[in-house]
Amino acid sequence: MEKIVSQQLDEQVVKPARPPKYTFWTGLRQNKVAFGAFIFLVLIHLIVFIGPLFWSYSASEMTTSGPLASWSWQHPFGTDDIGRDVFARMMYGGRITLLVGLCAMLFSLLIGTVIGACAGFFGKITEAILMRFTEAMMAIPNFFFVLVALTVLGTTPVMVVVVIALSGWMEVARVVYGETLRWKEYEFVEAAHSAGAKPLRVLVKYIIPQVLPSIIVSGTLMIAWAILTESAISYLGLGIQPPTPTWGNLLQNAQQYLWTAPVLGVLPGAAITIIVLAYNFLGDGLRDALDPKFIKK
Amino acid sequence: MLRYILNRFGQSLVLMLMVTMITFFLINLAPGGPSSVVRMEASQEERQAIIDRLGLDQPVIVRYGEWLVNAVQGDLGTSFNTSEPVIQRIMSRLPYTIELTVFTILVSVSIGIIFGVISAIKRGKAQDHVINFTSVIGLSIPSFWLGLMFILLFSVELRWLPSSGVGPRGADFELMTYLRHLIMPVVILSMTVLPNIVRFTRSSMLEVISQNYIRTVRAKGAKEAVVLYIHALRNALIPVITIIGVLIPRLLSGAVITEAIFGWTGIGSLIIEAANSRDYPLVMGITVIITFVVIVSNLLVDLIYSQIDPRVKNVA
Repeated sequence: MEKIVSQQLDEQVVKPARPPKYTFWTGLRQNKVAFGAFIFLVLIHLIVFIGPLFWSYSASEMTTSGPLASWSWQHPFGTDDIGRDVFARMMYGGRITLLVGLCAMLFSLLIGTVIGACAGFFGKITEAILMRFTEAMMAIPNFFFVLVALTVLGTTPVMVVVVIALSGWMEVARVVYGETLRWKEYEFVEAAHSAGAKPLRVLVKYIIPQVLPSIIVSGTLMIAWAILTESAISYLGLGIQPPTPTWGNLLQNAQQYLWTAPVLGVLPGAAITIIVLAYNFLGDGLRDALDPKFIKK
Repeated sequence: MLRYILNRFGQSLVLMLMVTMITFFLINLAPGGPSSVVRMEASQEERQAIIDRLGLDQPVIVRYGEWLVNAVQGDLGTSFNTSEPVIQRIMSRLPYTIELTVFTILVSVSIGIIFGVISAIKRGKAQDHVINFTSVIGLSIPSFWLGLMFILLFSVELRWLPSSGVGPRGADFELMTYLRHLIMPVVILSMTVLPNIVRFTRSSMLEVISQNYIRTVRAKGAKEAVVLYIHALRNALIPVITIIGVLIPRLLSGAVITEAIFGWTGIGSLIIEAANSRDYPLVMGITVIITFVVIVSNLLVDLIYSQIDPRVKNVA
């Protein structure tokens, strides 16, 4: 009898409390679109980050092929208005764009997790202040906040990362807040408390790991958003400034040549779309993989 | 009910106050804020003039207090560049942005609901997958790029639509010209919220369909169309109102980019000008006003929702 009861307890409490570690990977493998997106992303990152090492042209070097040359074996995407190799510029631009997206995502997850977890875990006045602050930040239309922050913080790549992170952490904070509220009621957390663990240790060691899957999903969707934001501000001329290429400012530069060399404008936009699309598919797939409704299947 | 309204009103006020604090301290404490003007290349007199004008010799908290007292009375300071009152510059541009967003809400909500319902009814079938896939693509395309491609196609190549501007206003106003100027900006801006509306309607509809009372309607032998469009749809649409509140900040963010592409002289293109020229009072004023618009519209949406949905009404 006791055994049955404890088994039932296992099923009720322990199982949802400690999701098996392989769900992410198996969930991902089951979802063909998400898995495809994942493989594709790995490939693109390899090309963009390692590709330039093997490519004969650099992003800033003017080639002998002259300006606006059309595609050839030497220049698969042709050359730009002052004769630089577009393929090289796309790779270097991608490095900056993807790196900015990645760093902004990580930073923003950090802010969101700290604020959300503290608000949920400590409750009371901490909760009131942090969550009102989060709501206030959500009320400011995000692109306006980005422009304000860029005006006063400047447009170096580091600041662009900081600004994007500062403007996008609220959704993460809300997710983490909700999850923390849920997990802190569980028996294993209570057990940790009564075993004498300090509050901060309970939070970091027992609650955050449970919230981590949701954070990863938010992070994946966040990269997509960060890349779109970075390219939009670069396009408006308020982001990372040339000569440092990003997909956004490559597009801005290409605007004047849209008619003579449409490929210059089509390429960066298409690259952004495909990458963001892949991150969105991956994020959606991971979310489905975590959804209990899908796990049961 | 009155208590609920007062409560919501108080919350909005606190929120608004926090927003002004966040923006003010961000602008004034950041290294590149107004105080940096003092460090720039300028003569002693010029520097002193700036310090006097902005009251930079006062501590930041005092300046915030002064700003707030003035702001409550409708004075948001004077623009650096044109020396006009900030509020006047904003008010001359705001109507254009509101025009654009209202049209966009009308278009995207009506289209979004139709596709959301189709997607829910045809759950798991080809239509559902196509709508789903298109939604994700819509979320992923940078709107400025799509806008450019639209201009290339519809303005440059086909010469169907004007590529920029708000069209003649006042005495020269002409409905057709006006609508032609509106089409591309509204379509591009709709793209930023349409996928969310479709997804939200879909899940709302699916949830209603799985309810017991729908099973009862089916059990008594009602036709499927009656079940879906008379009984389910009405209830599924109520929560859709709430998403409008959520999407308004997104729409206004999107309006900045849309206005920049199509030369739409609204508040979005104003903040880009202001940011480019480091016009701090104007940047601050625009952010406060735009957030005010967001908070007021959220308040309205909540109040309308509480009136429509008896469950909220009774709890409140």
